[in-house]
Amino acid sequence: MAVSVYIPTPFRRITANREYVQAEGTNVAEVLDGLTERFPGFDMLVYDEHREVPAHINIYVNNQEIHELEGTATALGDGDQVAVIPALAGGADTNGGGAAAPSAALTPDEAMRYSRHIIMGQVGSIGQRQLRNSKVLVVGAGGLGSPVAIYLALAGVGTIGIVDFDIVDLSNLQRQLLHQTEDVGRPKIESAVDSLHSYNPHVRVVTHAAPLTSENAMEIIGDYEIVVNGADNFATRYLVNDAAYLLGKTLVDGSILLFDGQATVFKPGEGCYRCLYPTPPPPGLVPSCAEAGVLGAITGIVGSIQATEVFKQVLDIGRPLTGRLLLVDALTMEFREMKLRRDPDCPLCGNEPTVTELIDYDAFCGSPPLDWDPPTN
Amino acid sequence: MAVQVHVTSVIQRVVGGQRTISADGGTVIEMIDDIEARYPGFRETLVGDDGKLHRFVNIYLNDEDVRFLDGAETQLSEGDEVSILPALAGGAATLGRARRG
Repeated sequence: MAVSVYIPTPFRRITANREYVQAEGTNVAEVLDGLTERFPGFDMLVYDEHREVPAHINIYVNNQEIHELEGTATALGDGDQVAVIPALAGGADTNGGGAAAPSAALTPDEAMRYSRHIIMGQVGSIGQRQLRNSKVLVVGAGGLGSPVAIYLALAGVGTIGIVDFDIVDLSNLQRQLLHQTEDVGRPKIESAVDSLHSYNPHVRVVTHAAPLTSENAMEIIGDYEIVVNGADNFATRYLVNDAAYLLGKTLVDGSILLFDGQATVFKPGEGCYRCLYPTPPPPGLVPSCAEAGVLGAITGIVGSIQATEVFKQVLDIGRPLTGRLLLVDALTMEFREMKLRRDPDCPLCGNEPTVTELIDYDAFCGSPPLDWDPPTN
Repeated sequence: MAVQVHVTSVIQRVVGGQRTISADGGTVIEMIDDIEARYPGFRETLVGDDGKLHRFVNIYLNDEDVRFLDGAETQLSEGDEVSILPALAGGAATLGRARRG
């Protein structure tokens, strides 16, 4: 049986730098033996002293890890694709799992946890480490922020910042996946951290338990590479938009109401929220979810789209949702796209910008200032 | 010109809860007035006292924002699809507003 074998970067010194080699064999063991004959020392890389594949090496046949099949006895067919994916490419794992240093190889625990991502050509162990090195800020730990933060944590985004100062209310639980019944009355940021760490203890969750304001937004957003907007009010939406643009950050925007959702990605120079909606609606014209209602599951649809766009952005794969406004109508289950252009007259990112620093967004949106004081203890 | 108008979220309330309605008009503003005749109050959700389109509701002809065409005077053709999209803010339930500063 002729199969194609993917050789990981650190092993290519043995295969004359070839990424793929052809090999023969009726099962995985025969293929590994054949490769060892052609590339002396190959067996030292893929077998331990008991001539078994160690836990830090994953071998995939097509898309399945051989531990889930029959190990090295897994039969091969003509044209099968075999991939050798080492978890420990650069050094010994000394703690048996847990988060590793940014540049370090994936630990065996990480390699197993993320194996369904790593096996994909667009991710690989390098992409997984890019995810681990990435820093993403999620504004709001509510309807949209919940699925976004959860999927980012599950995917192994190494640093997830959460901005929220709200308290979990019983009426949140219809859609906000980060919080559960016993969390009612707790600060959302606390139940968010607990939930994310129970999903994935490897990720670092940075909490920003205060309102995002014109005074703190540049400093907070400046620490991250990508910002995800899940804010529930227009003042925060314009604030996050302006700060992200001024800092040169990509903004993954999403919003929901009733059965409708909107999602898009703003990259500096390719249009911003002000290009899409130059001014906010007068206060009271567009109701909030609390006033009008919202389908719980639409937060999952739109939030998952936002998380997917972050994933693509970190890995630099696919075609981003820039220049396009994606509309979701859950009642008809139709997805439509509108063109989104940079407006040359945009006061923020246009040709003659007039907004060059953060402004008073409550005044801009006609919203009353927030009555919030930092906790005293 | 008969066109199909897709109406999202809160603006559906103005047109009796419909998500898609048919309308006539040679331009966007004529189409709006045609709908206004059947659903009083529709025009003011889209057009200000100055006769200009509100900047917090977007109107798309097929998939193009009419602001980048001829605004309210954008010509319509038979069979065009028009979409009306208000800005939405929904997300976190009660995230704090930006403070004055």
